[in-house]
Amino acid sequence: MSEHTIVSLPDQATARIPKDNYITRENGLLSWLLTSDHKRIAILYLISITFFFFIGGALAGLIRLELLTPQTDLMATDTYNKVFTMHGVIMIFFFLVPSVPATLGNFFIPMMIGAKDLALPKINLLSWYLYMAGGLLALYTMAIGGVDTGWTFTTPLSTHYVNTNVLTTGLAVFIAGFSSILTGLNFIVTIHKMRAPGMTWFRLPLFIWSHYAASILMVLGTPVLAIAIVLIALERTIGIGVFDPTKGGDPLLFQHLFWFYSHPAVYIMILPGMGVISEVISNFSRKRVFGYTAVAFSSVAIAVFGFFVWAHHMFIMGISNYAVLIFSLLSMLVAVPSAIKIFNWSLTLYKGSITFETPLLYAFGFMGLFTIGGMTGVFLGSSGTDIHLTETYFIVAHFHFVMVGGMLMAFLSGIHFWWPKMTGRMYPEKISQLAAVVTFIGFVLTFFPQFILGMLGMPRRYASYPPEFQILNVFSTAGATILGVGYLLPVLYLVWSLRYGAIAGDNPWQATGLEWQTQSPPLTENFTEMPVMDHEAYDYEWLEEQQKKEARSAG
Amino acid sequence: MSGHNEQARHIVGPGVYLVILFALLLGTALTVWASYVDLGLWNPVIALAIATTKAVLVVLFFMHVWYSTKLTKLTILAGIFMFLVLISMTLTDYISRAWGQW
Amino acid sequence: MQDSPTKSASAAHDEHPAYLRHHFSSAEQQADAAGFAMWLFLLTEVMFFGGLFTAYLIYRNWYYPAFVSGSHQLSVVWGTTNTVVLIISSFTMAMGVWCAQTGRRRGLVLSLALTFFLGLSFLGIKTIEYREKIEKHHVPGFHYSLQSFLDPQSNPEVYAEYHDKPLAPDMARHTELYFSLYFLMTGMHALHMIIGIGILGFMILRARAGAYTAGHETFVLNFGLYWHFIDIVWIYLFALLYLISRH
Repeated sequence: MSEHTIVSLPDQATARIPKDNYITRENGLLSWLLTSDHKRIAILYLISITFFFFIGGALAGLIRLELLTPQTDLMATDTYNKVFTMHGVIMIFFFLVPSVPATLGNFFIPMMIGAKDLALPKINLLSWYLYMAGGLLALYTMAIGGVDTGWTFTTPLSTHYVNTNVLTTGLAVFIAGFSSILTGLNFIVTIHKMRAPGMTWFRLPLFIWSHYAASILMVLGTPVLAIAIVLIALERTIGIGVFDPTKGGDPLLFQHLFWFYSHPAVYIMILPGMGVISEVISNFSRKRVFGYTAVAFSSVAIAVFGFFVWAHHMFIMGISNYAVLIFSLLSMLVAVPSAIKIFNWSLTLYKGSITFETPLLYAFGFMGLFTIGGMTGVFLGSSGTDIHLTETYFIVAHFHFVMVGGMLMAFLSGIHFWWPKMTGRMYPEKISQLAAVVTFIGFVLTFFPQFILGMLGMPRRYASYPPEFQILNVFSTAGATILGVGYLLPVLYLVWSLRYGAIAGDNPWQATGLEWQTQSPPLTENFTEMPVMDHEAYDYEWLEEQQKKEARSAG
Repeated sequence: MSGHNEQARHIVGPGVYLVILFALLLGTALTVWASYVDLGLWNPVIALAIATTKAVLVVLFFMHVWYSTKLTKLTILAGIFMFLVLISMTLTDYISRAWGQW
Repeated sequence: MQDSPTKSASAAHDEHPAYLRHHFSSAEQQADAAGFAMWLFLLTEVMFFGGLFTAYLIYRNWYYPAFVSGSHQLSVVWGTTNTVVLIISSFTMAMGVWCAQTGRRRGLVLSLALTFFLGLSFLGIKTIEYREKIEKHHVPGFHYSLQSFLDPQSNPEVYAEYHDKPLAPDMARHTELYFSLYFLMTGMHALHMIIGIGILGFMILRARAGAYTAGHETFVLNFGLYWHFIDIVWIYLFALLYLISRH
């Protein structure tokens, strides 16, 4: 590998972190806990979601440990049910849903559009507090015995047959849902109303388009989850009968309401990650994103179509065959916009000046793994194959490929890409590249065998399995160990970099976004004067002009 | 420049509000009366039609949407559309269950 | 972020009125954003109630006779009165907005106070209705009684009006679903009313101090949107719950 890199750091002998920035502007714990600065709120979120990620990860470790052997020898079956339920609840609602939007979205949406803050800064802070309240309630639920229904709270199990903490978990998710709604609402208002002069819709970074689409899903989908949880709570406590067959209710109604949110939720999770990938791929190929308009519209298309396909999670649950037909057909359509993005990113890379810094390594991982995950999603959308593959490890593998191989890699890509901007420091490149490769290897070893297990018929959510499945499970657990190392490394070296990392300067990646044309870390008010957008997005020629101008004025 | 927003730019007067008030009260009387008449399958249709007309009047005039930007109107339409998707696509399951296997 | 010192004080004040938050470049942008945010919030409310309307439509379709019998147990008089009360309160709220926009402080306070009292009246009537339901044991989960439906003549006033036939036992059981939805939907609506009335109280105090009649009426405008939305929900609830079939 050549030493060719686009990283351009200032002279380390004389470089200094700017004295006045959003971190140093005010001191004291209260100035963080009562802040209305979107960047500080983003950091608060970053710390909290990392915390919840490792809790969810520990639960995953317990799952994989149990599945090393065919018998339930590590924990009782009931306990295992609780472990995988809490793993799902925490990873989905307290890590994946807020991951990119609440950290990178909060930090960079105002900066990318040339604004001083989000439209509703206090609501932004409220979002974080709601998130923390929900998260702490979820932890409390774990402490008092957890819940064992699976994160999907399927009725009538959750309403009539378990005596675990469905209500407290439901309340935790309900509260976190409002955090998500308020974040999405804030983003939509900001993107519509606070763009700088000259920042037309088609000059916006694709990161913004992705977050806009995800925000539409948050605002329109999450309230339906809220009402579904309310109904479960009332069914469990009073017995209102809406999901109770003995009173004439239909348990499937809950599933319709639940999945009406939870399918768009997967797009809430992945779209912001796709936004990150657009930025990273453009920057490390030194080329504008191929087919900007297609990528922008495909984000919105994913959001819109994502609302029409939810019952593909219910093919075997008892809905009518005609509904199965309709939803299966529509599910085929929703894959198309995602595929369009993969093609456009590939064509962006083609004939680009590619360098292999860590963000791009994670982006490559994303492209490969998301493609596999997405394609297996199409296999599941086809109702004929779904009947055999659903509720097996094939599903588990599918969603981990898109969520972990896809979304989590995109998150890490974004964190590394924007780390210098957020902290003023560069992360250590060699060890981060190693961590990316380790993560990729660990991931494939963990989850690829699960596709095979699923096709062979191993059911999901089971603590025990037939002995002939053991060897693949052992591979999977071995991979999980490697994956754990891969995720631990960034925490360690990123924290290390806060003190010892190279000073990054304004624009170490020579990137084109507005956020890169200011100091690192940024000022509290982001810009000293309102920027005017006079060029297209990903305009590397414009950047060259700027750099020539600066060289001339400095010389 | 001095604080008038897009909604205040269109100050809707009491005259409009009074007309809408009477229309709404009339609609209420109409819908109650209609529920006492046996119109078979049309009863719920008429009830919903009257309710929707009342709602539209409230949205357009009490909530100033008649005078608002395209963005506001589009936002409302998006919400109504999604609401209808939720109901109608869920109903595709319930309506077709009785149709038998194929 | 300071104004250029050469501008006059009043012009500077015009460009940066006290209520203008620093992250907005103009009061117009701020008011625009606030209004748009309110509409988005109302969208979330539409979807929230949407789940309940979905449940209602499904079960009304499945158990129509039970829903008819159930709705006969509601008083059309109280329901219509409440609808009229809410519609008038929407009118007074809209008048309040007009007063705020045209600087009529006393008119605004009066309008808000009227809206407040009409809202309280609505809740008062709902309390009367709920109490009646409790007395007749029509509250799901709390000694729910099928007697009114198995033997309609045990309810003389209702029977005199509608001459309901007795329901078969399993269909009679489904009336509990009707009342679950009734309490859920009107209860959720009432909860939103209570919150609205609370905010109205706060607004009346602020209006008396002139907070909304000095060029910054955004709060009143946006609260008005919320209040009208609650009115719209009730318009549909009235039609769907009370007027199923009264002939």
